[in-house]
Amino acid sequence: MLKKVFVLAVLAVFALLLFRSFGWTDAGTELNEVATRYAEDGPQEVGAANLVTAVIVTYRGLDTLGEVTILFLTASIIGFFLATGRKGEHVPPTVRNTSEILQTASRVITPVIFLIGIYVFINGHLTPGGGFQGGAIVASGLVLMLLANPGRKVSHSLISAVESISGISFVLLGILGIILASGFLDNSILGYGRFGTLFSAGAIPVIYIFVGLKVGSELSGIVSNLQQTTKEDI
Amino acid sequence: MMTLKIIAILLGLAILVMAFIAAENKKLVVSIIAAGAVSLFASVLYLVLEAPDVAMTEAAIGSGLSTIIFFYVLNKIKKERKDHA
Repeated sequence: MLKKVFVLAVLAVFALLLFRSFGWTDAGTELNEVATRYAEDGPQEVGAANLVTAVIVTYRGLDTLGEVTILFLTASIIGFFLATGRKGEHVPPTVRNTSEILQTASRVITPVIFLIGIYVFINGHLTPGGGFQGGAIVASGLVLMLLANPGRKVSHSLISAVESISGISFVLLGILGIILASGFLDNSILGYGRFGTLFSAGAIPVIYIFVGLKVGSELSGIVSNLQQTTKEDI
Repeated sequence: MMTLKIIAILLGLAILVMAFIAAENKKLVVSIIAAGAVSLFASVLYLVLEAPDVAMTEAAIGSGLSTIIFFYVLNKIKKERKDHA
């Protein structure tokens, strides 16, 4: 009872602080200087039709490197603590068969989900989306596969290989930007092409392909580790 | 503009209701699904605020993968949440 009162009191204090802060800022009518520079010169300088992608990959590329590192750390910690048994030893789960509707429908839908995920991260510089969104969609396609056939063997070595190669390629592309152009993850190492087509915006499609593959394989590895772990209690 | 404001207010209320259900319900399965619903309504709110990239990320990761991971962990734990009042 006392705990509930305490929780309600803390929530009330937060609500009061947030309510008071309504009067401090009024809705701005124009962007600040940095945002104006990004919005006005972004499409010409970077060549990408999607301004959010241009900011994430080129203007703030170093933050993207940090995000990729955090995802990699999370995946390796989970893979370290939830060991799935020795190599080659596959413990079959003792669950009943899933329904026939789920199995048949997953066979139809899973390729479409993979296709949508790959489309999202290949067209990251044209339409809303990008590497992280596309990778998450690919991972949810794998989740559907695992839900329909729980005993399916997921090759952990393939997932680790794809993740490592994509991560290294991402860093190598960034370093290529330092060597050949003006900074880390600069996308002018490839030609700009025609604005709005698939082969535009320099190296951004290539960068986002590697980011999408990395995020997709990481999240798939996390989910399959959780599903196939042989530890009795987490 | 008015319909967008009404939609945003309704979404905010739905988020509050779902969050309250997630925090106060006794069964963990209901809490997990309510947390997924909070993420879903937040994703639609981001779309109303004209941020499609953020909405896509929130829908895929928050509402999809996070709920699935919670269910896998719940399967491993298999305990009912006791009332600690």
